Amino acid sequence: MSKRVLIIEDEPNIIEAISFILSRDGWHVDSHSNGHDAVSVVRARAPDLVILDVMLPGRSGYEILTDLRAQPETRDLPVLMLTARGQARDRELAERAGASRFMTKPFSNADVIEALNALVAR
Amino acid sequence: MPQRQLTGGRIRERRIALGLRQADLARDVGISASYLNLIEHSRRRIGGKLLLDLSAALGVEPSALTEGAEAALIATLRDAATAAPGVRPEIDGIEDLAARFPGWAEVLAERHRRVLSLERTVEQLSDRLTHDPYLAASMHEVLSTVTAIRSTAAILVDPREIEPEWRDRFHRNINEDAARLAESAQALVGYMDGAGKADAALSSPQDEMERFLTARAHHFAELEAEDPLPDGTIDALIDTAEALQSASAKTQGRAYLERYRSDALRLPLARLHDARAQAGSDDAASDPLFLAARLSVDPATVMRRLACLPQDPEAGGQTGPVGLVSCDASGTLLLRRPIEGFALPRFGAACPLWPLFAALNRPMTPIRRTLRQSGQHGRRFRTFAIAQPVGQTEYNTEPLFEAHMLILPLAQDSVAPRGPAQAEGPDAPREVGVSCRICPAEACPGRREPSILTDGF
Repeated sequence: MSKRVLIIEDEPNIIEAISFILSRDGWHVDSHSNGHDAVSVVRARAPDLVILDVMLPGRSGYEILTDLRAQPETRDLPVLMLTARGQARDRELAERAGASRFMTKPFSNADVIEALNALVAR
Repeated sequence: MPQRQLTGGRIRERRIALGLRQADLARDVGISASYLNLIEHSRRRIGGKLLLDLSAALGVEPSALTEGAEAALIATLRDAATAAPGVRPEIDGIEDLAARFPGWAEVLAERHRRVLSLERTVEQLSDRLTHDPYLAASMHEVLSTVTAIRSTAAILVDPREIEPEWRDRFHRNINEDAARLAESAQALVGYMDGAGKADAALSSPQDEMERFLTARAHHFAELEAEDPLPDGTIDALIDTAEALQSASAKTQGRAYLERYRSDALRLPLARLHDARAQAGSDDAASDPLFLAARLSVDPATVMRRLACLPQDPEAGGQTGPVGLVSCDASGTLLLRRPIEGFALPRFGAACPLWPLFAALNRPMTPIRRTLRQSGQHGRRFRTFAIAQPVGQTEYNTEPLFEAHMLILPLAQDSVAPRGPAQAEGPDAPREVGVSCRICPAEACPGRREPSILTDGF
């Protein structure tokens, strides 16, 4: 049975490209593009893994991740965090919020697949 | 070496530059050559008519020969000397340096002024790069678009088979993203061009508010009347303010003006003027707590009124520069009235050592502190801070607090030597910063992030 990944990202063409490569790699891909209700969407869809952008309309990825880590059912959910910046402070914020892994835009398709496979293999 | 020596040296330097002999110049101004020789070697002081005659004969303004210009040069050199960490220049030799090598001294002073100007530009740009929400959003958009293009292009060049519908779709996506990237990059470059100019490129509501208030020197005579205002006065001020373009800035502007009007009714200028005139000393005339007690108003109102006095002292206005900064209970800066020598961050968080934030810890307890700011070359400021509740007090409801800090310059002759700040007494200067990112202070307990001034970008 294929693993389910939820992409929370507000850039539709990124969603489309990542969905394509992950589907081709055997993942079941779902997406959402709003920060407001992202936490409830994660809980409702119960994915095996989440790709979470930092800058989203409504709420930041850090806030969403902090909420996810505060809830028992999503405390250990693997989350790959995407950000457009790569400064040490952003990495620190992502780690503090509980990111399982951190990736800086622009990234390569191979990097995404490698990161996801590493996270589900844990 | 006495400072008067400089005037003689300037006369001599100018005479030689013009190719005049001592005897010729002396004759032109009606003195003997030997007396002029004494002047040029600073054995005689000059002033009055002789100074005017000499300056006319040499084709320069009297001030170019007198100690006023020299004092400014020496002050700049002294500032440069104190601003060099780890270097111990011969302070006692500054006047000698200026007298014997006026050209080199001027070069040194000009370089120092240039460094100060560049430091200020770095502060503004760094502040903007780190905290400017518009820039952060623009950078995010550019990098997200690049990511989409990279990811899509990688799919298209992949040798694996791809269905024609998907291929067409990805081609269309790349085309759209490329156009969007071009637009975003163009907008970003335009913005960054403006970011290099301190007053250019209104970019955020805060920028617009600052421009609005600066244009009016923080004073609105239209709102000072003790009689009821004509209908629409505040609306007209907002509508005619060129600086206020965005809806958010207009909302902020309206809130500011409504509070201004409320303050003006509670504490009319005439009452404040009278209380200051009768205060008995300059210190008391600018002490918010003293004035608040005299005028039966709260200290924060006095601070805000002191920070929006008209420029004209005859009309009860300012007698010197005044700075004011306010924040809410989260520490977010709400209002900035800048003052030269005490930098305020344009975006993001300020130095946590400011009494403004200490006041939030002790609401309703006024704080008076003397501060000097790192990187501002020893200038000292008297500050008064207090946190007061906002809005009506209600039963069983935690009040929200807002803090104000009034910033007044202390006389230049009281500039403290650099070095570790004295630790004791309210008047002992305490060293504070602007914000961590552009603060050179080391081993600061309040540091949140590394400084680009010590750690680089």
